[in-house]
Amino acid sequence: MSKQKVDQGRRFFIKSSLLAGGGMMLAFPWLESCNFSPEQVKAMPKEWFEINGYLKIGENGLITIMSPNPEIGQNVKTSMPMLIAEELNCDWSDVIVEQAPLNSNKFFHQMAGGSTSISAAWTPLRKAGATACQMLITAAAAALEVPAEELNAELGFVHHQASGRKLGFGEVASAAALLEVPEEVTLKPINEFKIIGTSRKNVDSKKIVTGASLFGIDYKEEGMLYAGVIHPPAFGLKIKSFDASRALALPGIEAVFQFENYREGQAKGAFDISAHQTQIAVVGRSTWEVFQAKKLVEVTYEEAEEVINKMSFFGGRTLETRWPAGLENTADHKKAMNQAEAKAKVVRQDGNPDAQFNAADQVLERTYYAPYLAHNTLEPLNFFAEVTDESARFVGPIQLPEILEPALADRFGLPLDKVEIMMTRIGGGFGRKLYGHFMLEAGVISKTVGKPVKLVYTREDDMTAGAYRPSYQVTYRAAIKSNKATAIHVIAGGIPESPLAADRFPAGAFDHYKAESWTIDSNITTGAFRAPRSNFMASAEQSFLDELAEQIGKDPIAYRLELLERAASSPVGARNDYDAERYAGVLKLVKEKSGWDTPKPGVHRGVAAYFCHRSYVANVVDVVMENGRPVVDKVYAAIDCGVVINPDAAANLAEGGSVDGIGHALYSQLTFSQGKPDQDNFDAYRLIRHNEAPRDVEVHFVPSDIDPTGMGEPPFPPVMGALANALYKAEGRRLYKQPFTGPQV
Amino acid sequence: MAQYTLHINGATRTVDVDPATPMLWVLRDHLNLVGTKFGCGIAQCGACTIHINGVAVRSCQLPISAVGSSKVLTIEGLSEHGDHPVQLAWIKQDVPQCGYCQSGQIMTATAFLQQNPNPTDQEIESAMAGNICRCGTYLRIKKAVKDAAENL
Repeated sequence: MSKQKVDQGRRFFIKSSLLAGGGMMLAFPWLESCNFSPEQVKAMPKEWFEINGYLKIGENGLITIMSPNPEIGQNVKTSMPMLIAEELNCDWSDVIVEQAPLNSNKFFHQMAGGSTSISAAWTPLRKAGATACQMLITAAAAALEVPAEELNAELGFVHHQASGRKLGFGEVASAAALLEVPEEVTLKPINEFKIIGTSRKNVDSKKIVTGASLFGIDYKEEGMLYAGVIHPPAFGLKIKSFDASRALALPGIEAVFQFENYREGQAKGAFDISAHQTQIAVVGRSTWEVFQAKKLVEVTYEEAEEVINKMSFFGGRTLETRWPAGLENTADHKKAMNQAEAKAKVVRQDGNPDAQFNAADQVLERTYYAPYLAHNTLEPLNFFAEVTDESARFVGPIQLPEILEPALADRFGLPLDKVEIMMTRIGGGFGRKLYGHFMLEAGVISKTVGKPVKLVYTREDDMTAGAYRPSYQVTYRAAIKSNKATAIHVIAGGIPESPLAADRFPAGAFDHYKAESWTIDSNITTGAFRAPRSNFMASAEQSFLDELAEQIGKDPIAYRLELLERAASSPVGARNDYDAERYAGVLKLVKEKSGWDTPKPGVHRGVAAYFCHRSYVANVVDVVMENGRPVVDKVYAAIDCGVVINPDAAANLAEGGSVDGIGHALYSQLTFSQGKPDQDNFDAYRLIRHNEAPRDVEVHFVPSDIDPTGMGEPPFPPVMGALANALYKAEGRRLYKQPFTGPQV
Repeated sequence: MAQYTLHINGATRTVDVDPATPMLWVLRDHLNLVGTKFGCGIAQCGACTIHINGVAVRSCQLPISAVGSSKVLTIEGLSEHGDHPVQLAWIKQDVPQCGYCQSGQIMTATAFLQQNPNPTDQEIESAMAGNICRCGTYLRIKKAVKDAAENL
C-alpha cells in the first residue's frame, strides 16, 4: 500500500458546512430537471452533507459525485467518478454523477484534451475518495465508541467486525462533514480494486436514450434570444460592407450587427484561434428565423491583408505565425508541398545517414499525403452567454474551460471571479471545441443586445470556419544494403505545421537516421484534431515500414519486432520518446489474438502499431473481397494504456477509434478553391456510415499495473496504416494519398 | 405566422409559427422537446429523425405546414419510463460515446424494426446508413438493434 500525502490536493478539498454544495446544484437545476427513475426519486435524500468538493452524501446513503472534466464522449463522466468511488468504498449503484462547473478553487485540470483526464486525475481523485472514506470511518468510530483502526468500509457501510455492528455512510455523513480533512491517506493496491477495472455503464445512458436536455445546444433560459453569425465564405476574405434591411424586415429578427470576436490588441493564448476576426451577428426569437434571416443579409467582401498572429503558450513562449494574404487552392498547396521538401531543416541526425544512402544498393523512397479534415462534431458549435458590465455567464460545450476563462475575462474587462462557465455534455469534441472563439462570439452578442443569447452555428458555418486538421506530406527514404535497411531518412511537413515527431520510432532503431521538417504558411486556420500529427504519421510510417519489410523479404510483424528489439537493447540516441518493450508488447498481443501466423483463405491482412499520448496500440485489419470490392471484415486492436478504468467503455473508444480511423482514411477530405472550402455539409463531405464500418472490432488490453495513460486518441492513428497495408494485400496497390478512395496519382 | 395544432407523443400541442418552419425547430425551440437533434439541416445525418404516423422522417426537412393531423412521435414519447426495448438495448450494449446522434439512431431503428422485426446484419447496416455517428459506435448500434429485435 502506498501512503499518500494529501497536501497538494488540499486546495481541492475545501470543506464547507452542511449543504453548501447544494448551492452549486441549485444554480443549474436544468441538468437534473428530468429523468430520475421512480426508484431514484424514492431514494433522494432529504439532506446532503458535503464531505469534500468532489462528493456529498445524503442521510439515506445516496452519494453525489461531481465529475470535474468536460465529457466529449471519452467516458470521463463515468470513469472519473469511478476513481473516487473506488477509494470511498461505496456501492456504485448508490452513486449519482453530476457535472461540475468550472471551479479552479475546488477542482483542477478541468479540460478534455491530449488524452490527459484520467492520467492527471489518477492520484488526486482516488485521494478525494480515500480522504472522504477516512472521515466517514472517523465519524463512525466516535458513534460506535471504538477505535477507528477496528473499522473498515465496504459497499457504503462502516463495519465493526468485532461486535458485528455497522453504520451506513448516510448515518455518519453529517458528523463526517464536520471533520478536518485528513493529512495523509492510504491508497489501495491495484489487486484490491473493486470498481476500477470493472465495466460500468455510462452514467448518462438513460438521459441520452430518452432525449433529455443534456447537451449545450439543448440549454435554454427564460427570455433568451437566438443568434447566428455570418463569416466570410473564403479564407483570405474579410467583410467590406453589408445591408441588413431585408433581414431586419423579417418578423422574428431583433438585431443585425458587425462585431469583433477578440478585442483590438487582445493578448491571445494557444487556443485563441478563430477563422475570422470580424463577423456579422443576426439575433432573433428562434433558431430557424435567425437561419433564414442570415441568408437575406447582403454582404460584400474584399481581400484581407496579411496578418501576423501572436499567441502565447500558457504565459510562456510566444508563437508567431504568418497568415498570408490571398485566396488559396488545394492544387497550389500540393505543388508548394513538393517544393517545400527541398527547404526542410534537419531536426535530428544519428550516425551518418548520407554516407549510407551513397553506399546503398537500393533506396526505397515513398511520399505520403493527407488532406485537411474538418472535425464535424455532430453537435454544431454553439454556446449560451449572458454578459453584462458586471458579470459574464456561459453554458455550453467547451473542452478547455480553464484556459478560455482568462480570454473571456480579458475580452469583457471583468475579473476572473466574475466569469462563470458551466460545461454541458459535449456532442463530439475531437479537438474542435478546444477553440472557444464561439464563446467570445456568444458573449459579445449578448452584451451588445443586453440579453442572454444562444449562439448556434449551422453545419455550413461550422464546416467552413474550422480549426482544421492541417494538410500534411511526408517522404520516407530507406537505404538498403545487402538486403538490410541501413538508414532511415524522413522529411515531414505540412500547412501550416509539421507532423514530425523526430524522436519517435523508428528513431532509436537505426544507427543512421535523419529527420527533417518543413512548413508552409497559410491563412486557413488549423488546430488539434484527434491525435494531432500522429493521425497522419502513423499511417505513413507504418505503410512505409510495411513496404520496407516486403522489400527485404521479412514478415511485417517480425520486422517491426526486430527493430523494437534493437531499440530496447541498445537504443540509438538518448531522446527517444517511447518504451520499446511496451511497443513490442502490443504487437505481440495483436499477433497472438489475430492468429497472424495462421493465414485465413480469402482474408487479406495488414498490421500497424503506433505510440502516442503515452499509450501503445497495434492493429491487424482483415479485408475480404466481395463482388470485386474490398470490405473491412474485422479489426483487431491490442492496447497498452496502463491500468484500464472502465474496460467496456475503453473498448467502445477503441471500436469507435477504429471506425473513425478507417472512415477518415478512406473517405474524408476538405479541399479549397479560391480560399473557399469546397465541401460545406455532409452531402459533399463524406463521413463513414454504418454500411461502410468494419463488421467487427475485437479489442484486447495488455494487463498492466502501470498508471493509466491516454485512451481517447491512441486508438485512432494506427488503424489507418493497417488498413492501407491490408488493402495492398487485397488489391495489389500501395496507397500513398488520403483519402484512399480518391486518386492515387 | 399561423396556428397549428399538432398531435405529438399522444398529446395535443398548439404553436404559432411561420408555415415553413421545419418540425425540428418547432420541437426544439417552441415545444422544448430537445431530444430531436440538429446535425446538418439537409437530411444527411439523421440526428433529427422522428416518426410521422410510424414512419421515420427527417424533421429538418419537414415543414410544420405539411404535418396536418399526422401522429408525431419523438424520442421523448417513445416510452413513458425510458424502457422501450430499443432504449433498453441501447443501455445494455452501452452504445453511446458522446451520445448526440443516438436519439436519431434510436428513432430510425425503432421504425425499421416495426417493418422488419427479424433483420439480418446487412439489413440493419443499410437501414441505419442514413444516420451518422461521428464517434463510430456503429458496431454497438448493430448489436443493440439485434438485441432489441429479440425483445420486441
